Amino acid sequence: MGALGLIIRREYKARVSNRSFIIMTFLSPLIVVGMIMLITYLTQLNQAGKQTIVVVDESGMFYKEFENTENIDYLDLSPAGLEVAKAEVEDNSYFGLLYIPKNIKKNTSGVVFFGNEAPGISTLESIEEQIQTKITNEKLLDRGVDLDLIDESKTLVSINIEDFQGERTSKISSWIKAGFGGGAGYLLMMFIIIYGNMVMRSVIEEKTNRIIEVIISSVKPFKLMMGKIMGTTLAGITQFMIWLIIGGGLLTFLTLYLGLDATAPSTPVGNMATTDLDKIELIVLDILNLPLLKLAGFFLIYFIGGYFLYSSIYAAIGAAVDSETDTQQFMLPIIMPLMLAIYVGFFAVIENPDGSVATLFSMIPLTSPIVMLMRIPFGVVWWQLALSVSILVASFIFTVWFGSKIYRVGILMYGKKPTYKEILKWIKY
Amino acid sequence: MPCGLALGNLLSMTDLLVADHIHKKYGDYTALNDLSIAVPKGSIFGLLGPNGAGKTTLIRIINQITMPDTGTVFLDGEPLDQKHIINIGYMPEERGLYKSMKVGEQVIYLARLKGLTKAEAKERSTYWFERLGMMSWWNKKIQELSKGQAQKVQFIVTVLHKPKLLIFDEPFSGFDPINASLIKDEILKLRDDGATILFSTHRMESVEQMCDHIALMHKSNKILDGRLVDIKRAYRTNTFEIGLETADDSLSSLQLLQTDVFNSIPSTWELHEAHFKTINENDLKIEVKIPEDLKPNELLNFLASKGTINHFVEVVPTVNDIFIQTINAN
Repeated sequence: MGALGLIIRREYKARVSNRSFIIMTFLSPLIVVGMIMLITYLTQLNQAGKQTIVVVDESGMFYKEFENTENIDYLDLSPAGLEVAKAEVEDNSYFGLLYIPKNIKKNTSGVVFFGNEAPGISTLESIEEQIQTKITNEKLLDRGVDLDLIDESKTLVSINIEDFQGERTSKISSWIKAGFGGGAGYLLMMFIIIYGNMVMRSVIEEKTNRIIEVIISSVKPFKLMMGKIMGTTLAGITQFMIWLIIGGGLLTFLTLYLGLDATAPSTPVGNMATTDLDKIELIVLDILNLPLLKLAGFFLIYFIGGYFLYSSIYAAIGAAVDSETDTQQFMLPIIMPLMLAIYVGFFAVIENPDGSVATLFSMIPLTSPIVMLMRIPFGVVWWQLALSVSILVASFIFTVWFGSKIYRVGILMYGKKPTYKEILKWIKY
Repeated sequence: MPCGLALGNLLSMTDLLVADHIHKKYGDYTALNDLSIAVPKGSIFGLLGPNGAGKTTLIRIINQITMPDTGTVFLDGEPLDQKHIINIGYMPEERGLYKSMKVGEQVIYLARLKGLTKAEAKERSTYWFERLGMMSWWNKKIQELSKGQAQKVQFIVTVLHKPKLLIFDEPFSGFDPINASLIKDEILKLRDDGATILFSTHRMESVEQMCDHIALMHKSNKILDGRLVDIKRAYRTNTFEIGLETADDSLSSLQLLQTDVFNSIPSTWELHEAHFKTINENDLKIEVKIPEDLKPNELLNFLASKGTINHFVEVVPTVNDIFIQTINAN
């Protein structure tokens, strides 16, 4: 095994056998799943109590029109009159009272909901929709329109967008694409911050342990740096995999056995129309229509390029300082472009994937991994991809070279907190 | 004198390590100014000088940690190259090991980085651990060991791959006297087995007893180098430390003897009082510097006529004396 292999293996082993790493690996998915479950449970608890809504319908149009749902019972007290019904609601502490006036067909503004608490938006919308539909249908019938005919003629149209290279898109799929790209970009940012920091800490550890001089009398600093970055990356991938497996497994298990449906928080609307089913079919089709292979390939390229670009900066920072507390002043140049990339991604790219801002930031190497990952699902012209990847590769090589220069000098410098000016001087050593 | 040369050394006087006109600048600061040294095979070479003289920079260049601006380092006649890494063992002044890594695992890892196979590394580390009675530490972490114990591990890491050239930066700092003498014996044994040893230290006296050759460095320059005996010979002053017994070890007879010696001594000889311990209370203790062309026997003859000689030693300049003298001369 070459020296690089040895270093990668040691680094991997050291990371993976670290106590806090193990704890984080197994605790994080438990915490996240626990949080999801808690939120789901609390949401359901919120809806759990059955509410009774008293209906006083003076128009007589809505008799038996309101159907009881999972959470709401409708109680028709129209014959008793508004005042008696109001007293009834207060005596039995019902949730509220829905009053529909006599001339509802002519004046729709008279509907009132009486209650101590305002009902949830979904409840209100459901009631409004039922009244609207009823009145609309009544009016149509009055004019002699056949309702069945209308139902039969209803069609769902979704515009398919196609560019000149034959890439298809649609309105819904725009959101799916944004989701894919955003997810990938966000994942990369998390990965860079978590594991870049880990690389940095590991470099500082070697420096404060003073073992560094022994090691670099055996291997070139560049090899040591690359070995550390790769070893930490592998440890990071391992951790991510375990998170996925444990988290996914736990979610599935809890959903299946405890009946907590965490994946799709229940919508009180209830009855799913055929149009919704059509939509789901479209979404599935859209996902399948995405250039998944191309996405995966570019995800890998930008992930590796972007991650290594940043971690060599992290490694150089680790080499330049004596302790973690000294790293603060150097963190800004790392966090800034990352945040910028995420903001540009979520605002500029989703608004206009091919706009000048999105295009510009998908070329700048420090932001391109994230921004371009978000743009790719929408389709990017090949020359832009080629240019962006070339810039990324070139700056990746430059940063690793630059980082290893700082690393080489920095690891042997002790005592004083270096300034940017001083670090630049090291390049000439 | 402990500075005698091993026999093998006399037969092959070729140099293992040659640094040829090394120049190194850090920004505006010159760390090494046109420095050349030659370390003979099988010798113990002392690289001496105060802090900041450039010793560590030179050692890092020999270890290929830093590159010289100009100049070349040769090992065994070849310009220094990546492949020579296995031929050098280096114990830096700032000792360090991975704190949370197990001792045995760590020694094997560092040996394999030098180029040993796993089996070789295992075999040799077991040999050294048994030899120094450290086998019980194998599965401990470094952070569980004392500082002295960790230093012993560090020593093993330095010598495990049987390098031709061993470099020790301040070798004895941090060791207690027992372990220091143990390590000293091990180093001498390694030398006898054919290794060449380069010491770097600012504590002149500690290495003076062990080394055959020295180079003195001061402010990035080499100011003196050569075989220690030659240097000492060059700096000898023909001065002798003398103890003379009095007849009855009384103060009065000491005063009598003193006057006699002071009055009869030739005027070209320099005489000073001296301070050292003898077994009598009232011995005459003096230091006499005789002219260079005079043999010590003449001094002895003169002294023998005055009383019983119980102490006669040539005052040899210490490296420290030589160092201070050389710097002042520069």
